[in-house]
Amino acid sequence: MRYLPLTPEDRAEMLAVIGAPDVDALFRDVPQAARSKDLFELPLHAGELEVERELAGLAARNRPAGAGPFFCGAGAYRHHVPASVDHIIQRSEFLTSYTPYQPEIAQGTLQVLFEFQTQIAALTGLEVANASMYDGSTACAEAVMMAQRVTRREKAVLSGGLHPHYAATTQTIAHAEGMEIVRLAAAVDAEAAVIDAIDGETACVVVQTPNVFGVATDVSKIAEAAHAAGALLIVVTTEAVSYGLLKSPGVMGADIAVAEGQSIGNALNFGGPYVGLFAAREKLVRQMPGRLCGETVDAQGRRGFVLTLSTREQHIRREKATSNICTNSGLCALAFTIHLSLLGDAGLRQLAEINHARARELNAALQTVPGVEILTPRYFNELAIRVPGSATAVVEAALADGVVAGVPFARLDPAAGMEDVLLLAATETTTSDDIAALTRTLLGNLGR
Amino acid sequence: MSMNSVGRPTRPEAAAHKGSVSLTGGRGLLQDEPLLFELDGWRKTGVDLPAVDFDASDLGDLVRAEPTGLPGLSEPEAVRHYVRLSQKNHAIDLALYPLGSCTMKHNPRLNEKMARLAGFADLHPLQPATTTQGALELMDRLAHWLKTLTGMPAVALSPKAGAHGELCGLLAIKAAHEAAGHGDRRRVLVPSSAHGTNPATAAFVGYSVQEIAQTADGRVDLADLGAKLGSDVAAIMVTNPNTCGLFERDIIEIARLTHEAGAYFYCDGANFNAIVGRVRPGDLGVDAMHINLHKTFSTPHGGGGPGAGPVVLSAALAPFAPAPWVTHGQGGLTLTEEAVGEAAQAFGRLCAFHGQMGMYVRAYTYMRSHGADGLRQVAEDAVLNANYIKARLSEVMTPAFPDGPCMHEALFDDAWLEGTGVTTLDFAKAMIDEGFHPMTMYFPLVVHGAMLIEPTETESKRELDRFCAALLALAQAAKAGEAERFKAAPVLAPLRRLDETLAARKPRLRWRPDDTAVAPAPWAAE
Repeated sequence: MRYLPLTPEDRAEMLAVIGAPDVDALFRDVPQAARSKDLFELPLHAGELEVERELAGLAARNRPAGAGPFFCGAGAYRHHVPASVDHIIQRSEFLTSYTPYQPEIAQGTLQVLFEFQTQIAALTGLEVANASMYDGSTACAEAVMMAQRVTRREKAVLSGGLHPHYAATTQTIAHAEGMEIVRLAAAVDAEAAVIDAIDGETACVVVQTPNVFGVATDVSKIAEAAHAAGALLIVVTTEAVSYGLLKSPGVMGADIAVAEGQSIGNALNFGGPYVGLFAAREKLVRQMPGRLCGETVDAQGRRGFVLTLSTREQHIRREKATSNICTNSGLCALAFTIHLSLLGDAGLRQLAEINHARARELNAALQTVPGVEILTPRYFNELAIRVPGSATAVVEAALADGVVAGVPFARLDPAAGMEDVLLLAATETTTSDDIAALTRTLLGNLGR
Repeated sequence: MSMNSVGRPTRPEAAAHKGSVSLTGGRGLLQDEPLLFELDGWRKTGVDLPAVDFDASDLGDLVRAEPTGLPGLSEPEAVRHYVRLSQKNHAIDLALYPLGSCTMKHNPRLNEKMARLAGFADLHPLQPATTTQGALELMDRLAHWLKTLTGMPAVALSPKAGAHGELCGLLAIKAAHEAAGHGDRRRVLVPSSAHGTNPATAAFVGYSVQEIAQTADGRVDLADLGAKLGSDVAAIMVTNPNTCGLFERDIIEIARLTHEAGAYFYCDGANFNAIVGRVRPGDLGVDAMHINLHKTFSTPHGGGGPGAGPVVLSAALAPFAPAPWVTHGQGGLTLTEEAVGEAAQAFGRLCAFHGQMGMYVRAYTYMRSHGADGLRQVAEDAVLNANYIKARLSEVMTPAFPDGPCMHEALFDDAWLEGTGVTTLDFAKAMIDEGFHPMTMYFPLVVHGAMLIEPTETESKRELDRFCAALLALAQAAKAGEAERFKAAPVLAPLRRLDETLAARKPRLRWRPDDTAVAPAPWAAE
């Protein structure tokens, strides 16, 4: 077997050193009843060619986003990732190293995390950021529980514009921890209803911008209302490229900003692995979940980096930890940081402007389709539209014309009664031809 | 023709110059590398984008007024920056990486290649199921392998890491108790040797945590377990093989006692790699167990994630598994994404979308490569390698549990260092100078000055011998009174020991413009 270096002679020699008659003797503590003599009913080992053939066969039964016109967003976005990003993250020293617990021989990973944290703080307009979370949705749940620790209150108000998967994740995890989760009704302009839901028991308000319907909102007023009630404002973003064009959460008064970072540096991957971004005001740092990288010096006074403030974490605090989280999303964070360091301020701004311009083009094209109503007044790169009848049926019909027309909102939240709402995103990868193809299929199918 | 393979002869006077100190402060090929923010990249970008006719009038005052203040680099500068940084890392591709409980094994590159096929990597989680049949099929096959290898009837794939899997298992247990009208069970029993995530997760879900004592031979104390089990216990969380690297001999009895008390048996499957292909946790009475795909099934650790922690579940817990899961329908495979209808007992959702698909592809590729026979050999070689290291190092070092074999990792205490002035930490740091990553130190907590060594099955005998020789040489040096060598170590790493106290006392968690005099950055004022 190509991944196992020991030869039969090696094994015999080693058993002799150990003083065991055979390998079975090393498993003697396993109860007799649980020792399987036979192989389990699964195929036997296979060569690279054989395995590659099977996997390529499975891959061929999927329709990649890049295979034609494609408009899905709703929390995951198709962007172009520079070739150098994927090349660097496959460097052995990044790919095959462990969490940097031995800082003397992990300065590469640690310095990248320090750069990552600095980038996230700058994008979100907040002072401190952690070394990443599993993804945006779990970062959202962790932010809500952090608000509970900070305010010592139990209630969280989730805007109806929050991605339904984020709301469900937060409900599952934060509720298990004992919090009361108030989930407001899904609505395109859901932010309007948030302020009225805040009261003196509220630990935090969670608002997404651009929201799941694509609506970009200034949440400053919500921040004021939350702060007046002694609550924290958590701002969620699922499209990190929007930071390049829109006001940052920090500027609008957020206490905690969380985001899905997939858009920068990471492929769609059918939903994961992704990278959760997490930033907060400096005074809250000791209540933050997850790993933090900090600057220090070595024994000769040279600058270096270590994981720090780990007294918050499970491996030190055990049942008193701020979170049970152990890992972060290191390699995805690395991809994020490399891509963003290639973009820089100017590149990110330009990328964001292109995304917005494509969405404007999409918006203009959709306005020419009779029966389509555009629901999103101010957007970054994503629109919600109302179609006659079922959005799922519209998507299915468009698929017959080779167009993946977007995400029916009902797939995310079947109970919302919004079967006629379709979410469409455009990015720098969307061409005018793609938009024309979408328009053609909608005209053809909706006209019938 | 090869390039100058001999090299230019060194001039004697140059070689003698100032000993080993260079003129510029450089250290040969090991480049010092400033932070990204110190590379003067304020007006650069390494990405060529088309010009657009930009109009943000529709966004009004939503447009960001302040610049992000982020530097950019051209591609050659960026590549050099990150490659230089990479060279300051140790990695499994460089040498045996003996971190106990972490399972640093070789990461086959075929797995990386398969995960990057456009049919997997360029697939959106919410595109119509009819366009993702191959991806759903892969998830279904992965689930089949995990269920067969563990002898369990169900699996929840979506947890994104081991600790996330623990959360999944405990939430399923909690939901099952509540459904049966036993929501008043409030205690979870955890052995003192457990990973920190076990008590952290139990507390997180609202349970009180009680420790189970350990016997002198490193196993769960059955008498203590029996005494602590009761009608208010929701679950026990036991790692098997445990964190001392030992198989819990009484595991079937532990499960029986637990079930008799009406509690569930959560098994921490972090060490499943020691028994994969040989022992099925389902045959041991386990109700829920997470599997770290990045350990047993060799998805890369990536400097700290991403991981993946699918959870196998017993028939009693299966109805409570979180959404989503793959369902066989008439028109092909679909995803059940909501806790309604037949799925109404699902305890909820643990993350957006369907989990770590990129890791599923890698893990499935690994399983298919090894097959049933190869996976069994994986466990055997992992255990053989650990016992070989234990036998060889026991010459000088003191094994924490000398009697009987260990499983996939060998645990030593620091008794043998007594009187040398060398601590476990010093010894571990000295390993760096010999070219190896330190072993896991001071864990498990139940062993004084613990040194937990896990070689994994992907080490050759030659590399094992090289490792043992290095450790034995260090041990001799410690015994010979060379404490100074250990106190100073490492001296051959990119940096010497770092001041962790300073880092925690005055946290500097990001670069700020006034930190460096290199470049006046147009950084947003705070």
